[in-house]
Amino acid sequence: MCGAKPIRYPLYALRSTLYAINRGDNLMAITENERRGMPSLPAFVTDYLGMAMALTVLLVIFGFSAGNFFTLTNFRTIANQVSDTTIVAVGMTFVLIIAGIDLSVGSVMALSGAVLGTCMVRFGLPLAVAIVACLVAGIVCGLANGLVVTRWRLPPFIVTLGMLEVARGVAHLVTGSQTKYIGGAVGVIAGRGLLIPFIVAVIIVILGQLVLSRTVFGRYIVAVGTSEEAVRLSGIDPRPIKLGVFALCGFLTAIAAVISTARMEAADPNAGAGLELRAIAAVVIGGTSLMGGRGSVVSSFFGVLIIAVLEAGLSQMGVGEPTKRVITGCVIIAAVILDQYRHRIRKTAT
Amino acid sequence: MKAGSTETILRARGIGKSFPGVQALAGVDFDLRAGEVHALVGENGAGKSTLARIIAGVEKQDAGQMELNGQPYSAASRAHAETRGVRMVMQELHLIGNLTVAENIFIEKLPSRFGIVDYGKLNGAAIEIMEQVGLADIDPATPVRSLGIGQQQMVEIAAGLSRQCRILALDEPTASLTENETELLFHQIKRLKGEGVGIIYISHSIEEVLRIADRVSVLRDGRGISTADAGELSSSDIIRMMVGRDLEHEQLRHAGRPGEVALRVSGLNLGKKVRNVSFEVRRGEVLGVAGLMGSGRTETMRALFGADTADGGQVYLRGADVPVRIRSPRDAVRSGIAFLTEDRKGQGLLLPLAVRKNISLMRLRDVSRFGWMDVPRECSVACRYVDVLSVRCSSTEQTVGELSGGNQQKVVIAKWLYRDCDVLIFDEPTKGIDVGAKFEIYNQLGKLADKGKAIIFVSSDLKELMAVCDRIMVMSAGTVAETFDRDRWSREKIMAAALSELRADSV
Repeated sequence: MCGAKPIRYPLYALRSTLYAINRGDNLMAITENERRGMPSLPAFVTDYLGMAMALTVLLVIFGFSAGNFFTLTNFRTIANQVSDTTIVAVGMTFVLIIAGIDLSVGSVMALSGAVLGTCMVRFGLPLAVAIVACLVAGIVCGLANGLVVTRWRLPPFIVTLGMLEVARGVAHLVTGSQTKYIGGAVGVIAGRGLLIPFIVAVIIVILGQLVLSRTVFGRYIVAVGTSEEAVRLSGIDPRPIKLGVFALCGFLTAIAAVISTARMEAADPNAGAGLELRAIAAVVIGGTSLMGGRGSVVSSFFGVLIIAVLEAGLSQMGVGEPTKRVITGCVIIAAVILDQYRHRIRKTAT
Repeated sequence: MKAGSTETILRARGIGKSFPGVQALAGVDFDLRAGEVHALVGENGAGKSTLARIIAGVEKQDAGQMELNGQPYSAASRAHAETRGVRMVMQELHLIGNLTVAENIFIEKLPSRFGIVDYGKLNGAAIEIMEQVGLADIDPATPVRSLGIGQQQMVEIAAGLSRQCRILALDEPTASLTENETELLFHQIKRLKGEGVGIIYISHSIEEVLRIADRVSVLRDGRGISTADAGELSSSDIIRMMVGRDLEHEQLRHAGRPGEVALRVSGLNLGKKVRNVSFEVRRGEVLGVAGLMGSGRTETMRALFGADTADGGQVYLRGADVPVRIRSPRDAVRSGIAFLTEDRKGQGLLLPLAVRKNISLMRLRDVSRFGWMDVPRECSVACRYVDVLSVRCSSTEQTVGELSGGNQQKVVIAKWLYRDCDVLIFDEPTKGIDVGAKFEIYNQLGKLADKGKAIIFVSSDLKELMAVCDRIMVMSAGTVAETFDRDRWSREKIMAAALSELRADSV
C-alpha cells in the first residue's frame, strides 16, 4: 500500500516536484499513496504562483504607467528599503503562526540600533562587539515578551504592547534621545549601493521557510498554533516553544536593526515607528492566519515586496502620500478577502 | 403510534454529494411524510448527517432533486430553508455562551419595543418553552455557558422546537442527554408529530430509533440500503444492514490472566469533583470505569494524567513503593501513561494537519536527525500505523479533519501506540463513532491488554464495558462506589452503584 514508486508522467512529475519543494521533502519520499492525496496543481498555482503573479502584474502596470520605473537605481532603492521589513516579517510570521502577535518589533529595532550606536560612538567598541550587544538586546526583549506570555498566560497583544512602550523608552534612555551618527564605519554591511542587505534578507527568508517546514521546531510551532491544548495533552510542553518563537522574533528584529542602522549610518531612537503594522500587513497579505496554525515565510516575503512595489510605483506616478496610504490599505484588505476565498474553495468535507 | 397521515411532504430523488476524496452520498432517495418520525441510521461517514444538512440547506447537493409539498425545492442556505419551514438542530452546539438561555432561544426575533429588548416578555416566553423540555428549574436569565453540556443541548433543542416548522431534522439530539432529558425530548417529538410535523431523526442508538421512529432508513457508504417500517425491524436487522455483516455482541474478550500491578492510585483529590479516589490496574487487564455524567470519571483521569493539577493523592507505577510526581501531562507521558481524551477533535488531534503529522507528533525526535525532519521515515511510520489500525484515509497526507469520527479516533490511537506507553486511559473512545469502528476499537483494547498493557476504559455505555472489561469500577459523585469482577456484575448492580452516592448525600 505504501511502497515508493518511480514517477512516470511529466505532469505528475511537475506536481510532485512542487509538492516536495513545498513540504521540504525529497522527491523519492513521495509514495504512490501520497500522490493520490496530493493537492492538485491548481492549488499550488494559487499558493505561491498566485503571489508571484500579483507582484508581476504590479510591476507591469507601473512599468508602463510610470516612466522610469524599470531602472536599476529604482530597484536597488526598493531592494534596500525592504530588507529590514522582510527580516522582521519572517519573525512576525512565526509569531502569528503560534497565534501570537508582536507589536513591539518597531521599538525593539530602535532599542537594538541604539545599543549598537551607543556601543560604537560612546564606548568606542569594535563593530563585532557592538553587533553582538545589539543582537543580545533584541533577544532579551523577545525573551521578556515570551516569558511574560507563558509564565502569566497573558495575551501576547497586551504584553507586546507594553514592550512597545518599554523598549522605546529604553532606546531614548540609552541614546539620551540623541541620534548617534556612526558614520561609514559599517559600510561593509550596508554595502554602499550593493544589494548586501537584500541578499541577507533573502537568505533569512529561505532559512526561515526551511525551519518552518523541515525542522522539528517548525513542526512544533505549527502544532502549538493549531491547538495548544492538544499539544499539551500529548505530553509536550508548549511553553518553551512559544518562548523560542518570541526570542527568535526579537533576534531577527535585532538583525534588521543592524542593517537599517548601517544603511542610515546612524542609530535613531525614533527608528522603526509603525514597523510592526507594516510587518503584520505583509505577513497577512501572504496568507498567514491571525488565528494561528497556518502560514508561510516565503509568502510573507511576497507580501513585503507587493507593498513596497506598490508604494514605490505610486510615488513614481506622482501619487501623494495620503492617497498612497488609502490604496495600500485597500490592497491589504483585498488580499485577505482573496485569501479567504482561496481557502473556502479548498476547504473540504465537514 | 403509527403516523395517521400518509401525505408525503418531502421527496428527494437521487441525491448525490461528494467531498474531495469522499463520495458522501450517491443517488439516495428519501421520503418524509407529514406527522412521521423517519430515522436515518448508519455508520459514521454513511452520509446521514450530509443528507439532513442538504435538506436543511446547510450543504448543497451535487446531484438529484427535491420536492417540498409537490413544489421543486432547493435550499440555498439554512435561513432560506427555514423560510420554507425546514429546520435542523445540528449535532454541534450553536449557542452563544455569554447570552442567556432566553436570549439564545429567541435570538432570531427578540421581543422588543423601540429597539429595547422586552425582558419580561422574553423570559416569560422562554419559561413556557423550557418547561416543555424539562428545563423548568433553570432561570431563563442564566448565561448559557454556565450550564452543563446536556442542558445546553436541551436549550438548543428548545430553540429548534420554539419555531414553527413543517420539517424538523434532529442530528444526534440525545448524544449528551440524560435518560430523563431524553424522555422529555421524546415527549416533545410526539407532540410535534401530532401537529403534522415531519421529523428526521438521526441517531447511533438503535434502541432509541426503534422506540421513537415510524420508519427507518439505513444508509451505508453514501447509499440508501433500505427503508422499512420500524415495527418490522429488530435491532440486529438494523445492525446487519448498517455494517453489512453480523456482529457478535456479547463477551468480546476472553480475559487473560492479569499480571503485576501497573498503576496504583491512592487518595486522589480534586476539589469536589474527585474525592479520595483509589484504585489499581494490572498489566494485561482492561479496567472499565462506569458512572453517570458528572460522577467525576473524566476529572479523575485528567487529574491522574496531570492535565489538571490534583489537590492531593499519589500515583505508583509498576508496584513501586515511591510515588511518581505527575504535575503535567509531560510528566505522565514520560512515566508511561497515555490519555486519549474524550474531546478528540479539540484536544486529541490537530485537525488541519495531515494524518502523518498527527501520528508522529509525540516522537518527532525519532523521525528526525539533529532537529531536521526525516520525512521518508516519518511517512513509513505513519503508513505502518495506518495499516495496523486500518485507518480509512486517501493517504497519510490527508488532513485528519476530513476523516470520519471513527477514523479520527483510530488516528488518536495510532499516535499513542507510536508513543508506546504502558498504561493507556481511553476516555469515551467510542463516543459518536459508528458500530463497525466501535468493534475495531474494542478489538484494539483487547489486543493491547494481551500485549501486557494496562487499559483503563471510561465509558457511558454499560453494554460495551461489560463486553470488553475484566473489572468495572463504578464512580458516583466523585468517589469510587464499588468495583465489580466479571463474574459478579450485572447491569442492575452497576446502575445501583452509580446512583448510590447520589442518594446518600444529595437532595
